[in-house]
Amino acid sequence: MDLEREFERVVAADHRIEPRDWMPDGYRRTLIRQIAQHAHSEIIGMQPEGVWISRAPSLRRKAILLAKVQDEAGHGLYLYAATETLGADREDLTTKLIDGKQKYSSIFNYPTLTFADVGVIGWLVDGAAICNQVPLCRTSYGPYARAMIRVCKEESFHQRQGYELLMTMMRGTEAQRAMVQDAVDRWWWPALMMFGPSDAESSNTEQSMVWRIKRHTNDELRQRFVDMSVPQAKMLGVTFPDPKIAWNAERGHHDFGEIDWDEFWQVVKGNGPCNAERIENRRTAHEDGAWVREAAAAYAAKKEQVA
Amino acid sequence: MTRSSWPLYEVFVRGKRGLNHVHVGSLHAPDDEMAVRNARDLYTRRNEGVSIWVVRADAITASSPDEKDPFFAPAGDKVYRHPTFYDIPQDVPHL
Repeated sequence: MDLEREFERVVAADHRIEPRDWMPDGYRRTLIRQIAQHAHSEIIGMQPEGVWISRAPSLRRKAILLAKVQDEAGHGLYLYAATETLGADREDLTTKLIDGKQKYSSIFNYPTLTFADVGVIGWLVDGAAICNQVPLCRTSYGPYARAMIRVCKEESFHQRQGYELLMTMMRGTEAQRAMVQDAVDRWWWPALMMFGPSDAESSNTEQSMVWRIKRHTNDELRQRFVDMSVPQAKMLGVTFPDPKIAWNAERGHHDFGEIDWDEFWQVVKGNGPCNAERIENRRTAHEDGAWVREAAAAYAAKKEQVA
Repeated sequence: MTRSSWPLYEVFVRGKRGLNHVHVGSLHAPDDEMAVRNARDLYTRRNEGVSIWVVRADAITASSPDEKDPFFAPAGDKVYRHPTFYDIPQDVPHL
């Protein structure tokens, strides 16, 4: 078919597919699923850090954290807007999220126990997100790629504020240093899990690579993240809870241990420490905000009548 | 619960004086005024703009990609509209 050949030609030439172009149904479905999941992650991701805004230790840290959480709301909205160019409906996606029919990144199902967690989320969780997201700036669907360019520009501040926060704590007391190490110990493995199942287990990777939605496999990105993080940990003066981490000169990469995949699938399936709480908070916020949305719509309708 | 029916707006931002407004994305808002305010919060958190336009998405008329070839064909064969079409000797100054 002509349309399909034209689509394949554009993708293979590394040009962008735009909203009004013909595209295969599978491409559209895959994109909506992936972008919506990404948008949901940004919105749910406001919660673990949001709870620390009122408890941040200084006005400076409070202002930074507020800006970061506001950015995450913004990233969610850029991405929902990208799904709408594919014919999805934002209200419908929100409903699917709170009904548990669409997923978000498992990382946000872990609790933030101390203020050091805020720093570690910026450094490792946002660091892993950047590894995942930078290649998406060249993804084949135009509106998604453009949204990711905006997101990546802003994520850089997120990661740096986290690392700076941790450096500050490491210059503090023994108790503060212990707090940082404890947070690193808890977040390291979940951060590695952010890259998804291993390539052998990843059902969506192959087709997504052909369509140039994904540009690298899960394991490639995970390796890149480990290689980036090891020297950063050294500079900071913390260790990762994995005795197998070692430089492998032959491969030119760091070796590292096996992820606990049972834990990974448990959290994906909804049995992580905070899954229920995250969804419940999102549902409450959505329902509590309903009257605002309705009142604004009623006011707009009334003004239009008068005019 | 009733579903919200806020319309979709397309957002255009002028990055700085002297530049055109450029499309940056879209958002939902109950009316034009709220669309401008939401656009400020969403698309200009870091001084990305000095001016914002919003327009309801359903008010935009666009060419269709299906008719790409015929629609843009009139410009396709008019190479004489470009300066490189003309042969001028190297030694003619300022041309």
